Amino acid sequence: MNKYPLWKYLVILAVIIPGFLYALPNLYGEDPALQISATRSATIDESTEQQLKNALDEKGISFHSLQRTEDGIQLRFNNTDDQLKGKAAAENELGEKYTIALNLLPATPDWMAAFNARPMYLGLDLRGGVHFLMEVDIEGATINTEKRLVSDLRSGMREKKIRYLSVSSSKNDGILVVFPDQERLAQGLITVEDDFTSLSAKEIKSDGKPALSLHLTEAAKREIKDSSVKQNMTALRNRINELGVAEPIVQQQGDNRIVVQLPGIQDTARAKEIIGRTATLEIMMVDEKNSGNIQAALEGRVPVGSRLYRDRNNRPLLLKKGIIYSGSNIIDASAGIDSRNGSSVVHITLDARGASINQRITGDNIGNRMAVVYVEQKSTIKKDDQGNVVTDENGRPVRVKSRIEEIITAPVIRDQLGKRFQIEGMDSIKEARDLSLLLRAGALAAPIEIVEERTIGPSLGKENIRTGFLSVMYGLIAIMIFMVFYYRVFGIVADIALALNLIIMVAVLSLFQATLTLPGVAGILLTVGMAVDANVLIFERIKEELRNGVTPQAAIHSGYDKALSTIVDANITTLIAAIVLFNFGTGPIKGFAITLSIGILTSMFTAIMVSRGIVNKIYGGRQIKKLAI
Amino acid sequence: MATMKGFHIDFLGKRKLAMGFSLLLVIISLASLATRGLSFGIDFTGGTLVEVSYQDTVAIDEVRSDLGSAGFNDAVVQYFGTAKDVMIRVPLKDDIKGAQVSEKVMLTLHEKEGEFVTDTDPVSKEQTCSADGQSRVCNVQIRRVEFVGPQVGDELAEQGGLAMLYALFGILAYVAFRFEWRFAVGSVIALVHDVVITIGIFSVFQLEFTLTVLAALLAVIGYSLNDTIVVFDRIRENFRKLRKETPVEIMNRSINQTLPRTILTSLTTLLVLVSLFIFGGDIIHNFSIALILGVVIGTYSSIYIASPSVLMLGISRENLLQVKQEGGDQQAAP
Repeated sequence: MNKYPLWKYLVILAVIIPGFLYALPNLYGEDPALQISATRSATIDESTEQQLKNALDEKGISFHSLQRTEDGIQLRFNNTDDQLKGKAAAENELGEKYTIALNLLPATPDWMAAFNARPMYLGLDLRGGVHFLMEVDIEGATINTEKRLVSDLRSGMREKKIRYLSVSSSKNDGILVVFPDQERLAQGLITVEDDFTSLSAKEIKSDGKPALSLHLTEAAKREIKDSSVKQNMTALRNRINELGVAEPIVQQQGDNRIVVQLPGIQDTARAKEIIGRTATLEIMMVDEKNSGNIQAALEGRVPVGSRLYRDRNNRPLLLKKGIIYSGSNIIDASAGIDSRNGSSVVHITLDARGASINQRITGDNIGNRMAVVYVEQKSTIKKDDQGNVVTDENGRPVRVKSRIEEIITAPVIRDQLGKRFQIEGMDSIKEARDLSLLLRAGALAAPIEIVEERTIGPSLGKENIRTGFLSVMYGLIAIMIFMVFYYRVFGIVADIALALNLIIMVAVLSLFQATLTLPGVAGILLTVGMAVDANVLIFERIKEELRNGVTPQAAIHSGYDKALSTIVDANITTLIAAIVLFNFGTGPIKGFAITLSIGILTSMFTAIMVSRGIVNKIYGGRQIKKLAI
Repeated sequence: MATMKGFHIDFLGKRKLAMGFSLLLVIISLASLATRGLSFGIDFTGGTLVEVSYQDTVAIDEVRSDLGSAGFNDAVVQYFGTAKDVMIRVPLKDDIKGAQVSEKVMLTLHEKEGEFVTDTDPVSKEQTCSADGQSRVCNVQIRRVEFVGPQVGDELAEQGGLAMLYALFGILAYVAFRFEWRFAVGSVIALVHDVVITIGIFSVFQLEFTLTVLAALLAVIGYSLNDTIVVFDRIRENFRKLRKETPVEIMNRSINQTLPRTILTSLTTLLVLVSLFIFGGDIIHNFSIALILGVVIGTYSSIYIASPSVLMLGISRENLLQVKQEGGDQQAAP
């Protein structure tokens, strides 16, 4: 009696061995590292790698590995001192086109990383950092669109010589176009139906005059919502790159919200400033007359009325001063395929103002180039040659404002252009997509507001890890001592099951890279407390059976048997509560729900199957007179 | 060797007393909720919370008046743990954008110390400041900022209430399916009792009610139910086994039989929760308080409230035997 078949032991081993393996990476510490990624205008390839290696060798800074990954280069050091020196050297060598972030990378040995064993992913409350929840003002975006449509309608009807009395938009009631008579209204209606597909029209009377009440269609509203969220996310990603954060997260949440997580950032004021910054696009003409003599301009003799700009590959180009129109005149930019020759193109749509300027300027400039310049304001703390902060007479650090200006494209004008036109000559659809994103990022984005912020300073994060670890350790030790004291041999069995449960939980959390938060640690602790419950149920049942005069072997058997359905029932109900928590929870609470759910499932395995396996090994298949319980 | 054996306590005999006691607690809780209300954290009310740490002890009145003259008259300023740590709470304002409050608060505190933040030391993780042209570790270090806008606060409160309802409903359905509707109602009565009294205590002592406390309450629901189910399971088993005893006798016997387990499990759970309370840090202080209260009240209710409720709903042996005939029962003794 009480013997487990071999396969059951094999099942147990099949869980425990991978459990140990996947929990193991958590024991290795972290390497100080640099994470180097390219900003808009640079690429990372072998030559960057070599350049970096040479620079470090030259300064005599030792590093222990250099790895090129999808997002850039990971450079690991033996200590933080080398890491900091390395950062200075890398900044010096690579310059502004690269983002260089200090980071801690898990020191998991390669053979473990090979089968995806990684340490647990710590949430912001444990590693420190900033969490922003931002809300995109869809209503604002809709109002902006309507305002633009009003001016487009006016110019559209003027173009077709349709007389109207007024075009106006009200906040909640769409756009109203009033006509002098029914005939004009009919003409207007045709224009709306042909050229303004995003509007649906209804004929009404306004003060006795025939009028059209125009509303954005549902599809158009959805389009505004989707594109304003996407547009903002793109813009946010671009800007966050510059913050030098190692593993930033930019994610859509729900309909109109964006989560931004910046681990390791402490200067939230700076983070907010950069996030809130707006990039603009300026459209200018190339100074074709003087571009033959670009060398002179490079040497400092820039012709009057022109300025020297550089493109993404650092090639110089002379542009005429004076902005023709700006990115806010661009309504949409999308990548596509030219139906005539199959090459990749970017389609651009301008608003009424942009279109009329475009028409005028391009008509006079066929054969010339038109440049799109990306402009962003940047403000940094000024440092002197020794790297010390420069302060003013009040002791405030001096901030230097600088403008990033970069030509993102300079196509030749082939024809007179209007509202819609396309840029050709892209090498690939990817290039077209990148350009359209850049063009859109500069376009008038929907207003965005921070609706939730959670910042945990790095020192508090460190402390949270320590307190979390301590509370789990002390809780575990207290329970273990109690169980051995109360149930003796069976207590030891329960303790082994409990320890294994903890290891398997850590393994599952590591394997799925679920985010571990401080409430998550509490969840682990709570399951530790509740995991012994299953064993208490079983052992109390065994004791009861013994009191009823059953033999020890039969008592073990029926104790496990009878307690089973109770344990399952009790755990399933707790699981229901945990699942509800998970579905409703945000950030930290989700972490609690995750560890609680995982803990309930793993504890059922260890407390029932593993503990039975050990008990069977100790007592099974032999004559016993007394149980140490 | 410590052991508990053979309890024979007449729990059900004292059910009127217990019910009366519980009713009193529930009434006090509801009265306090109605008059004093809950001290909601910024998760629900919206607002800004800034936790800072000073290098040396700081006079709280000074911090308060500095903030007052910077326009934060309504800020609540308290020590947090030690006299070096200060927590500042600022309610939502109309005239300043919520997300900027924390910046302005920090700027005010730094200015008072005559320092300006310049950088963060990558090794010690401390902020460095410039003061009198010198660079040094800042006197005030930012520890934590939480800002919740009004949109989010309302949403969280609503979602929290809904989550509680969903959990109760899910449990009601599961217990009705596994046992019988009287048991389901009995367990939900016990759960509502636990939640109301726990919230009531938070209201009476004006402990801060945050999102994590709400999470703790949901965990309490799970835990308290765990306890109740164990007792119910035994009641069902005994109803089928002991044909001659009255429902009261069976319930008493079942509660007594499971009593060692009830006490032991509560004890082990309390052990870890106390560990969490002591070592887990200030942030999850109220979270562990809610759990500790919940476990104690839940244990009491699974003995004194859940079973008597089932009894008052008129449970009888036939109710459970029917179940046995209908759906194959794994519970029957071999």
